[in-house]
Amino acid sequence: MEDNSSLTGSLCRRSLLKAAAGAGVVVFASGAALLPAVADAGGDQSKWPKDAFDAKDEAAVIGALFGKSATPSDKVKLEAPEIAENGAVVPITVSSDLPKVTRISVLVLENPYTLAAAYLIPDGTGASVSSRLKLAKTTKVVALVEAEGGLFSAGKDVKVTVGGCGG
Amino acid sequence: MASSIRVRATSSGDRTEVQALIQHPMDSGFVKDASGAVIPSHYIQVVDFEHGGKIVFTAFWGPAVSKDPYLKFTFQGGKKGDEMMVSWVDNKGQKDTTVAKIG
Repeated sequence: MEDNSSLTGSLCRRSLLKAAAGAGVVVFASGAALLPAVADAGGDQSKWPKDAFDAKDEAAVIGALFGKSATPSDKVKLEAPEIAENGAVVPITVSSDLPKVTRISVLVLENPYTLAAAYLIPDGTGASVSSRLKLAKTTKVVALVEAEGGLFSAGKDVKVTVGGCGG
Repeated sequence: MASSIRVRATSSGDRTEVQALIQHPMDSGFVKDASGAVIPSHYIQVVDFEHGGKIVFTAFWGPAVSKDPYLKFTFQGGKKGDEMMVSWVDNKGQKDTTVAKIG
């Protein structure tokens, strides 16, 4: 898992450079990439949990998202590096073998806004998600898994040597 | 046709693993540029993955998700040749969508 971040990081740079070289233009989120036939398509912004993302501590996030308290569980697996060399890109994987998982959230307690990401897991989708997060400084990362109406958590301390907020 | 979304979806047995890499600055709003001015926040908020007319995964992101965000998850169903649609919308209302084939 520690190798994963440099792999995907350099993959990302390499494929971005290749794409830029090939196309002669770097496409970012300029809106220019819209396909006419699906001009209205795009994620559904109205369901974004604004209150949860505005929350500044763990209790506020849990209150906004779940309205119930979390129980630590060894059935929630949180993979994060012990030491993150680059706080701007820290690979995090949350998985769980609890039955009927419906939501997974990742909190970074020392970040200015505690909630980093939240995922909806429909029926038939695996209870596992990998992504890359910014950690402002050495922090505890908390994974919350909602399963069968209960809320379960796992936490891990991650040391950050170069902060992830441009500092 | 350039899209900001790269998807690699592979089926094995009755499961499909999806990896997505999206080009996006994911500016947090905390970083200043060379002149000292704050770069305003600009980050993807919602990503939806659809297969067979059903949403199989939804990501809600905040500014703490890394630039050029990466995602990996697995869902039951999907087979080689099937299409998947991936869509995102950011806090400025910008959007992108792509259709990818499961390999």
